[in-house]
Amino acid sequence: MIEVPKTYEEINEKIRSGEVVVVTAEEMVEIVAELGPNGASQKVDVVTTGTFGPMCSSGAVINVGHSTPRMKITHAWLNDVPSECGLAAVDLYIGATEVAEGDPLNRSHPGRFNYGGAHVIEDLVAGKDVRLRATAYGTDCYPRRELETWLNIRDLNEAYMLNPRNAYQNYNVAVNKFAERDIYTYMGVVKKGLGSANYCSAGQLSPLLNDPYHRTVGIGSRIFIGGAQGFVYWQGTQHDPTGARNELGVPKGGSATLGTVGDLKQMDPRYVVGVSMLGYGVSLALGIGTAIPILDEELAAQTGVSDAQITAPVIDYSHNYGLNEGEPLGHVSYAELKSGSIELEGKTVPTTPLSSYVRAREIAEKLKGWVKAGQFPLVPPVQALPTPESSPGFKPLNYRPVAEEGGE
Amino acid sequence: MSESRIVLHFPKTLLDRPVISKAVQHYNLSFNILRADITQEQEGLMVLGLEGEQDDIDAAVEWMREQGVRVQPLEKDVVRDDERCTHCGACVVICPTDALAMDLQTREVAFDAAQCVACGLCVPVCPPRAMSIHF
Repeated sequence: MIEVPKTYEEINEKIRSGEVVVVTAEEMVEIVAELGPNGASQKVDVVTTGTFGPMCSSGAVINVGHSTPRMKITHAWLNDVPSECGLAAVDLYIGATEVAEGDPLNRSHPGRFNYGGAHVIEDLVAGKDVRLRATAYGTDCYPRRELETWLNIRDLNEAYMLNPRNAYQNYNVAVNKFAERDIYTYMGVVKKGLGSANYCSAGQLSPLLNDPYHRTVGIGSRIFIGGAQGFVYWQGTQHDPTGARNELGVPKGGSATLGTVGDLKQMDPRYVVGVSMLGYGVSLALGIGTAIPILDEELAAQTGVSDAQITAPVIDYSHNYGLNEGEPLGHVSYAELKSGSIELEGKTVPTTPLSSYVRAREIAEKLKGWVKAGQFPLVPPVQALPTPESSPGFKPLNYRPVAEEGGE
Repeated sequence: MSESRIVLHFPKTLLDRPVISKAVQHYNLSFNILRADITQEQEGLMVLGLEGEQDDIDAAVEWMREQGVRVQPLEKDVVRDDERCTHCGACVVICPTDALAMDLQTREVAFDAAQCVACGLCVPVCPPRAMSIHF
């Protein structure tokens, strides 16, 4: 068969006329297996993806409005969680991993971290009142020095998520090879003696694993975020497409990432969940999804990728990760990880996921409905994310001990 | 033969009395201690598996109640808030009895209360705090 590439306009026209064929990335696996990439590219117009897992580099901008008298807030707490206020007078940024003041942290190890910024964001999205406490030094134009009030999202001028890094394309599998006890990490509790393998990716449903060179997702791309529609505003921090890839172009480890933005007022707390990682801290479990236009055979093949074709590096988190040492202990496929156990160094190691595949599936299904209903128009990226050719890669900290005389 | 798993709360005044050994001897039961604790309030807490004829188990439980022990069936004790659970799976390697296990077809975490020994390990490990333990 001859390949007939499609354009964004043609796909949007099919959406308008109701002829569009939309499937999830999970369904696409079967379709490509049956029809091949060429056949699949002619049958399917759009493939939807989804992921739902802890994404630490998240947070929200809120503008609380001006009080009378006015105040230039210099310190602020939302439900006792410190909020960044080094911005204009009443703009705040609440980071997802910020822990409530007074939390015992890891003084009694492992700490529980029951409440933090991610929970504040979830409470706002759920429409719950949140208590703001703020102080200021006072100026001629902003005389007020103290404020304590209830806030509700409906009264805020702006409340939007602004996340420096989401939707990591592939990720490590964490194991504990060397510690004599279980370890408490952002990947969950990792059991001693290779007692567990903790992974965190939706694999074949994951947004960036279905478009490995991010041809259809870039700056300006519309996405599903927390139950609402939002956008990609930049590459995520630590975006590094330069690493090793398999024969399908799928990165063998952490690679591309997305900077995302979305309106908190439109979100659904089902997809914005504050989570507490024992002994580690607070994070935000967030739902992200994309809709990939099947412009050609290559995208059909890429969206048809299955868990068996995607591998992740197995990293020791008891020693190697923390000290930036050593090599991966191996590479395993998501099909193996999802089977319940992997074979590693002659041992059968039980696996445990941290990202919810059921909710990832739910997001991809929801997006399918939005695309079909014409509520999710597809547009090419305004600008591509850095590619393997254009990216400077991912640098470690250039550590330069501070001399008494100061820097250059 | 029947098996019954129960949670016993001993008030401080009963802590030094051999309530369990008397009960199992008198009613011809065998027992398995799944968990035993003395809380900060100096109340004794024990999770117990009892084996014997169902009539004898019931009579033993009744007798322990008469002695002042508060007795609850075990399966009511660890509770999952299904609204809160995201089925992430962080609990499945932590649960020692496979009461919490990933269904490989649906990818949901199934909670089988009958297998739960109320150890409580899942409670602090659950990222969205969906698990709670009630005695």
